[in-house]
Amino acid sequence: MTTLPQTTEKKLGLVIDLDICVGCQACVTSCKEWNTSGYSAPLSDQDPYGSDPHGAWLNRVHGYEIGDGETSLTLHFPRSCLHCEAPDCVTVCPTGASYKRAEDGIVLVDPDTCIGCKLCSWACPYGAREYDYAQGVMKKCTLCVDRIYNENLDEEDRVPACVRACPTGARAFGDLGDPDSAVSKSVNDRGGFDLLADFGYKPVNKYLPPRPRRDSNNGANTPFLESTAPGANGAQSATDRFFAWADRMLAR
Amino acid sequence: MQPKIDTSPKVADDIKTTTCYMCACRCGIRVYLQNGEVRYIDGNRDHPVNKGVICGKGSAGIMQHTSPARLRAPLLRVGERGSGEFREISWTEALDLATSWLGEIRRTDPKKLAFFTGRDQSQALTGWWASQFGTPNFAAHGGFCSVNMAAAGLYTFGGSFWEFGEPDWERTEYFMLWGVAEDHASNPIKSALGKLKSRGVKVVVVNPVRTGYGAIADEWIGIRPGTDGLFVAALIHELLTSQKIDLDYLARYTNAHWLVIQNPGAHDDGLFARDDDGQPLAWDKGSGEFASAKSIDIAPALVGAFTLDNGRKAVPAFQLVADRYLSLDYAPDRVADETGIPAATVRRIAAELAEAAFDKEVTLDVPWTDWAGRAHDQMIGRPVSMHAMRGISAHSNGFHTCRLIHLLQILLGSIDCPGGFRYKPPFPKLIPPHVKPTGKPGEVKPDTPLPGPPLGFIEGPEDLLIDDQGVPTRIDKAYSWDAPMAAHGLMHMVITNAALGDPYPVDVLFMYMANMSWNSSMNVPAVLGHLTDKDPKTDEYKIPKIIYSDAYYSEMVAYADLVLPDTTYLERWDCVSLLDRPVSQADGPADAIRQPVVAPDRDVRPFQDVLLDLGARLALPGFVDDAGDPRYPGGYSDYIVNHERAPGIGPLAAWRGTDGGEYGRGAPNKNQLERYIENGCFHYHELPENMRFYKHANRDYLDWAKGIGFIGSSEPIVFQLYSETLQKFRLAACGHGTIQPPDTHRERIETYFDPLPFWYAPFEESALDGSEFPLHAITQRPMHMYHSWGSQNAWLRQITAQNKLYINRQKAHELGLADDDWVWITGHLGRVRAQISLMDGTNEHTVWTWNAIAKRKGTWSLDKDAPEATKGFLLNHLIGELLPERAGGYRYSNSDPITGQAAWFDLRVRIEKAEAGDESRPQFEPLSAPHLVDPPDELEYGLQFREARP
Repeated sequence: MTTLPQTTEKKLGLVIDLDICVGCQACVTSCKEWNTSGYSAPLSDQDPYGSDPHGAWLNRVHGYEIGDGETSLTLHFPRSCLHCEAPDCVTVCPTGASYKRAEDGIVLVDPDTCIGCKLCSWACPYGAREYDYAQGVMKKCTLCVDRIYNENLDEEDRVPACVRACPTGARAFGDLGDPDSAVSKSVNDRGGFDLLADFGYKPVNKYLPPRPRRDSNNGANTPFLESTAPGANGAQSATDRFFAWADRMLAR
Repeated sequence: MQPKIDTSPKVADDIKTTTCYMCACRCGIRVYLQNGEVRYIDGNRDHPVNKGVICGKGSAGIMQHTSPARLRAPLLRVGERGSGEFREISWTEALDLATSWLGEIRRTDPKKLAFFTGRDQSQALTGWWASQFGTPNFAAHGGFCSVNMAAAGLYTFGGSFWEFGEPDWERTEYFMLWGVAEDHASNPIKSALGKLKSRGVKVVVVNPVRTGYGAIADEWIGIRPGTDGLFVAALIHELLTSQKIDLDYLARYTNAHWLVIQNPGAHDDGLFARDDDGQPLAWDKGSGEFASAKSIDIAPALVGAFTLDNGRKAVPAFQLVADRYLSLDYAPDRVADETGIPAATVRRIAAELAEAAFDKEVTLDVPWTDWAGRAHDQMIGRPVSMHAMRGISAHSNGFHTCRLIHLLQILLGSIDCPGGFRYKPPFPKLIPPHVKPTGKPGEVKPDTPLPGPPLGFIEGPEDLLIDDQGVPTRIDKAYSWDAPMAAHGLMHMVITNAALGDPYPVDVLFMYMANMSWNSSMNVPAVLGHLTDKDPKTDEYKIPKIIYSDAYYSEMVAYADLVLPDTTYLERWDCVSLLDRPVSQADGPADAIRQPVVAPDRDVRPFQDVLLDLGARLALPGFVDDAGDPRYPGGYSDYIVNHERAPGIGPLAAWRGTDGGEYGRGAPNKNQLERYIENGCFHYHELPENMRFYKHANRDYLDWAKGIGFIGSSEPIVFQLYSETLQKFRLAACGHGTIQPPDTHRERIETYFDPLPFWYAPFEESALDGSEFPLHAITQRPMHMYHSWGSQNAWLRQITAQNKLYINRQKAHELGLADDDWVWITGHLGRVRAQISLMDGTNEHTVWTWNAIAKRKGTWSLDKDAPEATKGFLLNHLIGELLPERAGGYRYSNSDPITGQAAWFDLRVRIEKAEAGDESRPQFEPLSAPHLVDPPDELEYGLQFREARP
């Protein structure tokens, strides 16, 4: 059993905007590319050119449809560790390799003490832990702990690789423990929500829901343009009215 | 006890900038190097294209660069073609051989070389090489990609989508995206969509399939494929009847008021009425007289009918526009069945467009001067913008559909105004650009360059590349009566035509970076036959010699006789040039370079170096100096700096002049590449505010653009709603003039060369029985992997290694199909077996799949049981390269009749449940791939860097 800190100084995490995620996978491969040479190096890949290529990825994006028929939506859903405030994945760890950092709340695995027992991956309901078959240890999102404080990077680059890459701006990084942070404000403004809140793990990462679509199913009702029907019984037709309107003095 | 970790580890020994090549977006990237290896790639924040972001492909660049499928040395075929049996040879032997093959052709008949360059980003060099060689048979992949878009735009308003222009993302109030667009301009569109949605701007996506960008649209319009033109025309109908168009804009910037002669049956019918100086005429309502249409002192009539002095009737072009689209044929309720879009939706979208354009006018307090020298205090715009690409392009009605989209934009007054659709310099160009293709019969001569470029823009039948019998002079029949306004050539027809000797056989087929034996060809089985067919009399291949350059072991490699291995994009110099396909922004021109950031570890050479070397060995003019020595002994980087296309104008625009102080024109600067590298491998020349809008009619912009050679004249560029060029072909078809189409082609030319855009059903749909083939079959492009290079990428293929056939859920239920069933997809050419997936967000008459996932066994260093090969499938096998035989036995290519654009998306099929199985069909004989490294069973990329750290 591994204990959790009573509180953390910060609650660093991600806010992911499902309204503008197009499922491009930039965050997925950028994460893989940074982290395969970063704190978690390597993130190994098995059978990479074969029939069943698979490897350790700290962030994945799934695409699927929700709803039925005309009111259905295609949704792209990025999934990574949510850095929960009350994560069972840490408390089940028999060696203390999984831990939650007191200073910022990041949940990490110490590869030197992880024995690869996989209890943590069974405990995580989000499927956020990834077993590295080559290294025999568990890997997971580090919130790019080797980027966000890294003085060898430009200050504006001190964000997780996924946030740095995201072309649509669907990912934001910040302190969700600070109600005045930009990420907290966006959660407040947009109705950000916890994934599987009922489980009680108190995820730090939040998701922003898709904005209501403005199509005919959702009340788009700009009035039709006028004079669209042909006139009847000798009344001037729309065509005639159009030519009368267009036959005007124009300047070049 | 919490472990102590190093949160500030070293990230790189060095970070080098260059330009991405994982697709055609060409973002600025920074490559992190450690111990001479690539550790990480991110986006360059300063770069105008991506502004720091990077996509799923770009971030997987390491796996592209280290792929086991990389070719390692020149190869000479030793077995039969297609066997994959090669021996490694030296570059000396390879270049000697190529020189002897090519030299013989050049001495005898240069057109016997067909040089086609696929996804080439160096067409300014490759096209010039072809021209200096003297063959007209050159093109890149535009003919099977997006020439309908380029041609329709350039013949209508002197610009186009993508590299030619972009929405004013910052100010637009309404955005419509037509068709699949996840391929081109990928990061700028993604970034913009995020901002538009956050700003509350409505995003409408018109696409039979709801994936990618469509998934986040406010409104997804799941149109039936190939009917977009009808939808656009109905929007135009609705806007006209409600008087929601910008007449002032039309009078100022278009040929709406130019008078069109109405003289049915005569040689001048449909041409513009002109004065003695050849200037188009208008009717001046102020003076009640005819006047030059280009005069600014007139009140031009846009409607009415007028009698010219010789008794002929003439009407303003706009009268013809209004007559056509006011027709009830284009009324919303008439198009509802064909398009699948309810009339109420058409009418509402029209109302939304009008509301954005006319009620949300954008005003910038920026003074500017118009073409006539008149000063204006403000720039006023109609903030409606659009983007379209392959979904519109890849139909046989794509040219006219694209023209319709531009007509809609122009009627709303939304071209190059604040909030509208904006040109990216060097566009706008004259309409059409004043570059004509060369390669007429007398222009192709032994040991002689062409008098100009092989590709260009024709202005009438007199510019066609045909002999006096009407036979095409080009192997792909571009600029012939088959595809008069080809502009980008028809690469998709080269192998077929060459093997059939139609219009003539070639001796050497030389290709670069084009997977023409697989996903870039229509009717793959037939094309494989053409590549391997022999003449029974001589036992020689019908295409005698094939030279191919690629960086990877693609499906095409096994069909080459001589393989010239290219480098990866991180190992080379390149030039993203304003002479070619630049990375400009609406606010100013931009160009860029690639620099080698790592050295090749194989015996490979950049293709452009090889081409320069071959040019020198062949002593092509321009490639050798007066003494006959290579003019660019330093290779491509030498050429990039020192080549001048015109005095002072070279591949790169910035830091010219001996001291590097000149932009656009200036002497070569030996330090130019260093200056580009210092600046992040790009240069972005931001225009002053007064030049940023109305570039087609902005005095300061036009003068500046002429000065640096973007345009040959600073006359305003007048939008051609009515295209006289098209009418000239129609007149020829009607028996006028000395150059007329053969009788087999008359009806086709007369029908499709309509000077105003119109909608017609795509050819395959018209030709086939709808009850036998009731469904459309199209492809979409996965954002993380949209051409064949992706499949060797160990990371990207973990995201998608098998494509399925997606089908509307309700339709599947009607057909008794369930998720993961195997089906036969049957088209008129044959059938393909694939696995299906059900989806609500698919048009009910449509099935679709991801493009270019499937691979042939044995290629790309994939195991023979890789899902790409065993379960992946191509629709290409079902897409005919030729249309069914017509009366008289003639077979046209399966292309747009105006431009020759490949009609990939015209395919019609039926779906039937297949027996259970675990492999797609057809399966082709596995290719063997010798001379590559063995792919590893496991990757631990990055371990080397961990060990390098303390």
